[in-house]
Amino acid sequence: MLSIKNLHASIEGKEILKGINLEVKPGEVHAIMGPNGSGKSTLASVLAGREDYEVDKGEITFKGKDLLDLGADERAKEGVFLAFQYPIEIPGVTTTNFMKTALNKIREHRGLEPLDAVSFLTLMKEKMKLVEIDQSLLSRSLNEGFSGGEKKRNEIFQMAMLEPELSILDETDSGLDIDALRIVSNGVNKLKTPDNATIVVTHYQRLLDYIVPDYVHVLFEGKIVKTGGKELAKELEAKGYDWIKEEAGVAS
Amino acid sequence: MSKDDQILEEFASKEYEHGWNVDIEADSAPPGLNEDIVRFISAKKEEPEWLLEWRLKAYRNWRKMVEPEWANIHYPKPKFEDIIYYSAPKQKKKIESLDDVDPELLKTFERLGISLTEQKRLTGVAVDAVMDSVSVGTTFKKQLAEQGIIFCSFSEAVKEHPELVKKYIGSVVPSNDNFYAALNSAVFSDGSFCYIPKGVRCPVELSTYFRINAANTGQFERTLIVAEEDSYVSYLEGCTAPQRDENQLHAAVVEIYAAKSAEVKYSTVQNWFPGDKNGKGGIYNFVTKRGICAGDYAKISWTQVETGSAVTWKYPSCILKGDHSQGEFYSVAVTNNYQQADTGTKMIHLGKNTKSRIVSKGVSGGKSQNSYRGLVEIHPRAENSRNFSQCDSLLMGDQCGAHTFPYIEVKNKSSQVEHEATTSKIGEDQIFYCTQRGIDEESAVALIVNGYCKEVLNKLPMEFAVEAQKLLALTLEGSVG
Repeated sequence: MLSIKNLHASIEGKEILKGINLEVKPGEVHAIMGPNGSGKSTLASVLAGREDYEVDKGEITFKGKDLLDLGADERAKEGVFLAFQYPIEIPGVTTTNFMKTALNKIREHRGLEPLDAVSFLTLMKEKMKLVEIDQSLLSRSLNEGFSGGEKKRNEIFQMAMLEPELSILDETDSGLDIDALRIVSNGVNKLKTPDNATIVVTHYQRLLDYIVPDYVHVLFEGKIVKTGGKELAKELEAKGYDWIKEEAGVAS
Repeated sequence: MSKDDQILEEFASKEYEHGWNVDIEADSAPPGLNEDIVRFISAKKEEPEWLLEWRLKAYRNWRKMVEPEWANIHYPKPKFEDIIYYSAPKQKKKIESLDDVDPELLKTFERLGISLTEQKRLTGVAVDAVMDSVSVGTTFKKQLAEQGIIFCSFSEAVKEHPELVKKYIGSVVPSNDNFYAALNSAVFSDGSFCYIPKGVRCPVELSTYFRINAANTGQFERTLIVAEEDSYVSYLEGCTAPQRDENQLHAAVVEIYAAKSAEVKYSTVQNWFPGDKNGKGGIYNFVTKRGICAGDYAKISWTQVETGSAVTWKYPSCILKGDHSQGEFYSVAVTNNYQQADTGTKMIHLGKNTKSRIVSKGVSGGKSQNSYRGLVEIHPRAENSRNFSQCDSLLMGDQCGAHTFPYIEVKNKSSQVEHEATTSKIGEDQIFYCTQRGIDEESAVALIVNGYCKEVLNKLPMEFAVEAQKLLALTLEGSVG
């Protein structure tokens, strides 16, 4: 589904990603871990098409298409979803209105009629249950005055609404207490199907207790230096990142 | 009278000596303005003597005035001597079908979601009898008449209700109020008149759209709204459809008189031709709008969505004379390309316990300049008065400008004035958040701007609000790199 080959990317002339290789197949959950500043969020942003980043080298294909050829909105329409680490506030625009606009743009791209008000509300009700989110939150201005937990839950709600094929969760666990973490993770797990894939970007192992990955990749200084199964996350939790840094240092 | 004034006075009254020399049979007056032209206009409209005198007085005042230059707008001054101040109302050329209409215009109509019949009406295509807005208008007028509501053209009001016109014309905006108001008072072509009798609640939104003969809005339009005690009216001016116009200068006057416990809501959507992408052409819109809450507990509320015109100079204001009276001003002013707007309001608190509220939302894109200019003045007698002002500016790109000029004068100690102002930019992160959800950039901008203006748009009557939202999106096309 997703194939990243020798990806190099920079921001303002500073190289952050220095040759990433990654293959993601439908039904898989990949965790990207690594110390601060290793390039995790950059990778998420580059995949989603954020313009601040320059791709210097390498290729990304998604469902056989050259992803780098597509604008951020076209990637979203193709089924790429990014749950933001810091969701953005948009005053005066309710989540409901935002989702209605987004969903209908995506439907239009797929040659479908826009959803009428009743079908939209029905769909919304169903997805609300999934992430245990309250109607009143969705009628408020998008992310404005939301608590950290509410913002993250709202991201997963949007993910549920748009039914992406590839979801990238960027540090979704940051700022969540244990209950919120459970609710958010449950939402993500319920959305899992054999046809979609998830990339979980996280600094800590605790999220992976809830969202169990098939693969864990360790990112260090812009490269994936180690790949393993879910047990690798445990090892990192116990030993920290230093041994990875040492290994990487020895290797290079 | 100073010497300068004397010379001016002499000069102004001099042309009178030449006497009547404009052919009354002519369809239009020669370019330029003098007393004869004013007499010509008045004669053409078969006006009573008092109105002619009123116009002449305005004209003489105008001659002594200079064009205001304090606003934050720059443009070549109109050549007042080249303007034709009167031409017989032209019948709009009838077009057989929409196929003959400029396709660009049709595209815009479609995107605004304007119905086919409405499209035909606006472009002057003959419409069938049943759907004809004139017949709709007639039914409508009858319904109003039953309640004693008068809603007609200004000329008609002069003929049918001269006592009302005489009593109220110039009572809110005196003919010597300012340069453009004086000019309008001297040469106004036509406009609307609306009268709501005591205790009547006007059952429908009064819209110039429904008024017969409204098709040709004049260059110098004049509107007078009188709401008697305990009455209510909601009045809509303008149209969201693009208005092409050959007159470059528009100097309109709107006067609102609200008696005790009367309420008047005045909503405008202004969408005059803003000039092209390079700033060529476009309307100069220099408007004087003012309302007076003459009686206690009266309320006047202005709501405006300004997206058009090359240059806008407009300050819908409220004089809060009655005790406990209220004034409101809700504004969205959007400028793009090379547009310039200097707009805001004046709230003059004279009565005790008066309240005013100002919410202004400026949006600037392209190379445009957008200024809010407002005055809140609380007089010594206006005890316990309150004002709340909120002026927000939203910038798109880095070549436009947003300016705020708030003036506050409080002359007693028991009153309270609050002012809040913010300036923000549409953030790239906001746009990215939208595009990441599948919303293209143009739609993202429209969504964000509509959210930003929501508080004002909510004040518009429903149908108007929906069209205004689409209009904002259209106006802002291409405003971000």
